Amino acid sequence: MRDFYKIVLCSILVAGFILSCGRKESEYTADGRLILDYWEKWTGFEAEAMEKVVEEFNRSQDRLFVKYVVTAGIDRKLLVATAGGDPPDIAGIWTWAINIYADKGAITRLDDYAKKAGITRNDYIHVFYDMCTHRGKLWALPTTPATIALHWNKRLFREAGLDPNKAPKTIQELDEYAEKMTLYKLPDGKIISYPELIKLPDYKSIISNAEIIQMGFLPFEPGWWNWAWNHYFWGTMWNGRDKMTINTPEQIKAYKWIASYSEKFGKDLVERFTSSFAGQFASSQNAFLCGRVAMEIQGVWMYNFIDKYAPGMDWGCAPFPTDAEVKGLENVTVVEGDVLVIPLGARHPEESFEFIKFVQNQKYMEMLCMGHRKFTPLASVSEDFYKNHPHPYLNVFRELAKSKYAFTVPAIGISNEILREYNVACDLVRKLELSPEKALNDLQVQLQNSLDREIQRLKRRGKWQ
Amino acid sequence: MAMTKKEKMNIFKGLAFISPWIIGFLTFTVYPVIMSFYYSFCDYSVFEKPLLIGFDNYIDLLFDKIFWISLGNTLYFAALSIPLGLIVAFIIALLLNAKVRCMAVYRTFFFMPTLVPIVASAVLWMWILNGQYGLLNNFLEWIGLKGPNWLQDKYWVIPALVVMGLWGLGRTIVILLAGLQEVPQSLYEASEIDGANYIQRIFNVTIPMVSPIIYFNVIMGIIGCLQVFSEPFIMTGGGPGRASTFYSFYLYQKAFEDYNMGYASAMAWILFIVILVLTLIANQISKRFVFYRGGD
Repeated sequence: MRDFYKIVLCSILVAGFILSCGRKESEYTADGRLILDYWEKWTGFEAEAMEKVVEEFNRSQDRLFVKYVVTAGIDRKLLVATAGGDPPDIAGIWTWAINIYADKGAITRLDDYAKKAGITRNDYIHVFYDMCTHRGKLWALPTTPATIALHWNKRLFREAGLDPNKAPKTIQELDEYAEKMTLYKLPDGKIISYPELIKLPDYKSIISNAEIIQMGFLPFEPGWWNWAWNHYFWGTMWNGRDKMTINTPEQIKAYKWIASYSEKFGKDLVERFTSSFAGQFASSQNAFLCGRVAMEIQGVWMYNFIDKYAPGMDWGCAPFPTDAEVKGLENVTVVEGDVLVIPLGARHPEESFEFIKFVQNQKYMEMLCMGHRKFTPLASVSEDFYKNHPHPYLNVFRELAKSKYAFTVPAIGISNEILREYNVACDLVRKLELSPEKALNDLQVQLQNSLDREIQRLKRRGKWQ
Repeated sequence: MAMTKKEKMNIFKGLAFISPWIIGFLTFTVYPVIMSFYYSFCDYSVFEKPLLIGFDNYIDLLFDKIFWISLGNTLYFAALSIPLGLIVAFIIALLLNAKVRCMAVYRTFFFMPTLVPIVASAVLWMWILNGQYGLLNNFLEWIGLKGPNWLQDKYWVIPALVVMGLWGLGRTIVILLAGLQEVPQSLYEASEIDGANYIQRIFNVTIPMVSPIIYFNVIMGIIGCLQVFSEPFIMTGGGPGRASTFYSFYLYQKAFEDYNMGYASAMAWILFIVILVLTLIANQISKRFVFYRGGD
């Protein structure tokens, strides 16, 4: 009989284990406030900034209490939690994930909540509101925004005899600057610049035994926006609906420009040079921060890394140059950002939106963006925000966001695949393994197939309009 | 013969005591296997309910260029890695089987790399294989050779990963070493009397006697190589281009980057069939070459 009790006890333990894996009940604080779980990817000073806003919210509330949970690899964890039917109440994701999550039915529509709260497009720099919408519906609201621009090292400009306060305005000018600041170390130890090198009669044989020690610019460093280069040449990658437009003359021109860096400076030498700092972003070995690459395309966040890893650096910032042959094309940028969403299946969407709404308040949004050392996505900004902000070029980034040539990741459910395959194509082009035409033709076929499949999928589920 | 009440109770108790394992096995292995088979015929993003679409995923796979590239890369990696790994492990095991002083220390040295976490060893090897400052290229330069940019060169990236894999052969070496120690001394003595030299003894005595262990390692090698994931994920990101996109890596991209779990499930089942076929082939070949003591 005692054995029987042991078996019953074991069974209860096992059953308890299984049941504990299920959906948990709503939790309340000791003073009876509903606890909302907020998953966010930020750590360090970025997390601290949001934690302050969360504290303010909790202080202002007698009904709700937001619990800030740092979640690394948030996209995968959100996937598992949502699929398991127990997602967090609020999640902080990247803007490029909105389209995917919306198309796959992972997040809640916010139109009605926003309308009720009186939040409109005009409250924001339009692009930040627009990027929270997908297929005409609102799915998220912004937290911290970002745009990208040219960063340059003024010391290296001076050393090359360039005006350190004058950024290149066109791609052609950028290439000229890049040549002047690219330095080779010859086998005899002598260091000469690219323009000096090509004056030597047998420079092609010399180059094979030389080593690049500094470059003016590299289109594939850091290589995060390989899909976006066409915008700087007046190209676009899809028609906004059902056709990819990847192998257009503008994109081919952009990719020829990428290949030109390997052709001009020596493919193997460039590869060796880049491999020495590959994967070193948040580090003092970062190519730009350690002064090995003089100009780089980077986001508003770069200031934080300059401050941390190269505090004494003399640097400048301006809109990234565009193709001189396209008249009127200027202030081109890629817009990105972080947003708050309510995962589908979250238990308290209405209460969760109260927190999202709180973050949209100018005072708290500025508190958050100041903590992140970024600009604010809101249309109105207080004077104090600019006055107290440490970023010396903040307005460059904010103005870029207002540009009519501010682009975002294409709002398609296959945007992850698009970004990944562009990286592969860029890799093949920069290594001169495929011609730009061939690489982009292949990419066109491949991504058009993927888009067709996605549209078919959406039609099957009745989501294609 | 009908079971007595006590026997029935014993079986019941036995089942109850192993029930945590049975429940775990059913929940975390059998159920996912069955469901992945079902999902392979579905449009399934994880977020939405699965929608049956017949063989569409399998048909799409046939026309997916990257699927074929990843399969080719994986088979190439396996074809290089399994024989080379076995030969190197066998030679090291032979050396470690010699009767010299401090052998336990040498054996420990060869086993130690397997204790290093995969991420740590991958990062370490990224620096060893670095094109400009890498240890390997510095060494090659020292002996007058110009090393390639290992992880950034489409021709060298897979061989580089294979060479890196040799570093973690400790487990294979230990298993082979255990097998070598089981070879009866009398067979060596008999072959020596017959006039066999060292090499002949290895080929005619040692290898046939450890052939079941070699066979075991081939099967484990096939399974391991076809599922290789961590090294390309950490070290190369599947590049340059698609040169180190292995099957499991592409499967991961489809499942967790593109949220195309149905497609990824179809890929997983194809991988299962590939492993099954290769294992069956190895099994057929083994009938000719594997010698079991006490067998026919």
